[in-house]
Amino acid sequence: MFENLSDRLGGVFDKLTKQGALNEADVATAMREVRTALLEADVSLTVARDFVDAVKEKATGQAVTKSVTPGQQVVKIVHDELIKVLAGDDAHAGALKIDSPPAPILMVGLQGSGKTTTTAKLAKRLKEREGKRVLMASLDTQRPAAMEQLGILGMQIGVDTLPIIPGQTAVQIAKRAKQQATLAGYDVYMLDTAGRLSIDETLMAEVEAVRNETKPHETILVVDGLTGQDAVNTAENFNARVGISGVVLTRMDGDGRGGAALSMRAVTGKPIKFVGLGEKMDALEEFHPERVAGRILGMGDIVSLVEKA
Amino acid sequence: MIARAMGRADAPRRVMDDAMLERLEELLITADMGVSTALKVTANMAEGRYGRKVTSEDVKGFLAQEVTKILEPVARPMPIYPKKPQVVLVVGVNGSGKTTTIGKLASQFRAAGKSVVIAAGDTFRAAAVEQLQVWGERAGVPVMTAPEGSDPASLAFEAMTRAEAEGADLLMIDTAGRLQNRADLMEELAKIVRVIRKKDPDAPHNTLLVLDATTGQNALGQVEIFQKVADVSGLVMTKLDGTAKGGVLVALADRFGLPIHAIGVGEQIDDLSPFDPDEFAKALTGAAEE
Ligand SMILES: Nc1nc2c(ncn2[C@@H]2O[C@H](COP(=O)(O)OP(=O)(O)OP(=O)(O)O)[C@@H](O)[C@H]2O)c(=O)[nH]1
Ligand SMILES: Nc1nc2c(ncn2[C@@H]2O[C@H](COP(=O)(O)OP(=O)(O)OP(=O)(O)O)[C@@H](O)[C@H]2O)c(=O)[nH]1
Ligand SMILES: [Mg+2]
Ligand SMILES: [Mg+2]
Repeated sequence: MFENLSDRLGGVFDKLTKQGALNEADVATAMREVRTALLEADVSLTVARDFVDAVKEKATGQAVTKSVTPGQQVVKIVHDELIKVLAGDDAHAGALKIDSPPAPILMVGLQGSGKTTTTAKLAKRLKEREGKRVLMASLDTQRPAAMEQLGILGMQIGVDTLPIIPGQTAVQIAKRAKQQATLAGYDVYMLDTAGRLSIDETLMAEVEAVRNETKPHETILVVDGLTGQDAVNTAENFNARVGISGVVLTRMDGDGRGGAALSMRAVTGKPIKFVGLGEKMDALEEFHPERVAGRILGMGDIVSLVEKA
Repeated sequence: MIARAMGRADAPRRVMDDAMLERLEELLITADMGVSTALKVTANMAEGRYGRKVTSEDVKGFLAQEVTKILEPVARPMPIYPKKPQVVLVVGVNGSGKTTTIGKLASQFRAAGKSVVIAAGDTFRAAAVEQLQVWGERAGVPVMTAPEGSDPASLAFEAMTRAEAEGADLLMIDTAGRLQNRADLMEELAKIVRVIRKKDPDAPHNTLLVLDATTGQNALGQVEIFQKVADVSGLVMTKLDGTAKGGVLVALADRFGLPIHAIGVGEQIDDLSPFDPDEFAKALTGAAEE
């Protein structure tokens, strides 16, 4: 539906005579295209702007390799920088801090982002890959059948869920989960929360209270990978109010360009730990910055092409 | 944002120049309108005004007018036909708000004196049926279910039979969330439509695509593919009570011209409002502030 970056830049640089180095004017023209490509990939405007400024500096004056076009060269610079920002300095994104049992993991996010599904996927992963005993608890007192949903998923993956006691508040359930996890010797207890808007005062206060009660080792913000410009609001507000330790991007099995990944990274400075790639319980993978970078630019092949040249 | 686009606060009138237009474009982009639609809207707004001195109030108003112009023709409530049962199929990507919207709509139709039957066509997701049953109770509407994992198309067929036998005015069919690039799941949806048409060639009379307001430019692909596969007849946008502005609706209206029936503004049963283009445009451009 949208042009990819190399097509855009191809058009720009075709009009230019080839020179030994990328001059300022060429770079400025190219950066407008980069900005547009990022915006079409749903990178938030402020994030796109900062990113372009950073790349502009790197690109200006850089010598153009003989065997590639200036367009390809710019794509490579942009791609490299994207990977750098997306990866951060986190050596192992998929690792979770779950030593000193029972380790609480708090799952937060907007309505329908994929928290409950991701809670169960993570529990399954911890159980199968790391041999952890996991307890899952639903603190969702809002959505109809939310607790039943987590219960059914628990049964499917063979992970225990905290028994449902109707009428309890989220904080009461969190306390009970902590107690149960301690008494019964679980390694990890996962707290799935109700979806909430980042501007919903009551519900944001509720999740703060849950955090204060349980002191989570990980607080994971679950974000729809198809999110547009609103990603900055979500990232800023949740991080400011609850303090997140990492991000999971869901629905990356869709054909969205995934610009929210860059926005999340840039705004929170926290690692993207996993991506959700489907509804099934094993559709969860560690985050690969290079894949998402290629996707944001709507391409991937040209980079290896430049690399070989 | 507009104030910033206008420059200094103590300069109430400024010449509408390229710099201002660029800032306005950015304002629209941050509302998810997309680059090309934002360009178009800004350019149309500037026509005949470029180079004139304007206040930020003026500019907000002009922009909102321009947006309203695009949205006005598509702002239409879901049509009610004399057909019994009128079949309403509800489709969309995962988590967009389909099930909740069915609950809200069923309640509104009940309040309008219609008899409604709901079919729990999401036989896939854990507790999807239980969720819909709660909504059925809240709305005072019976919910037809089938066991988890069973064929949603046969449930739709049975639901048609029952709705006909009971003389229901409306049959609302929930479906599992599916991403539009999943060919297998889209084929499953196409099959539901085919089976419904065996019963009534004119059905589904309405196919509602439910979009999440936080979704960015992928909504364009959602509309394109769901329309192709399931003949979408109208849109509902949910979660407009949050910080997302849902500007992609403007791009959608511009490109597809599908009616926008309603908007979701919360999780409660009454949180479904008619789509008001003027109000939407004002919220989007910031003209509603102050
Ligand atoms: N395609 C796809 N669907 C997903 C993914 N993750 C979750 N889903 C689906 O998205 C929908 C919503 O997921 P939930 O886990 O219920 O989301 P939630 O955040 O718990 O929702 P609330 O509790 O209502 O706020 C369900 O249909 C899930 O099956 C993913 O990675 N890919
Ligand atoms: N704030 C807000 N939340 C909404 C709105 N509409 C739905 N939701 C919430 O969004 C989440 C997902 O809604 P569902 O109705 O389950 O979405 P769905 O499309 O049926 O999801 P799947 O069947 O899993 O694909 C729930 O937590 C709802 O309460 C709305 O207009 N505003
Ligand atoms: Mg949930
Ligand atoms: Mg549903």
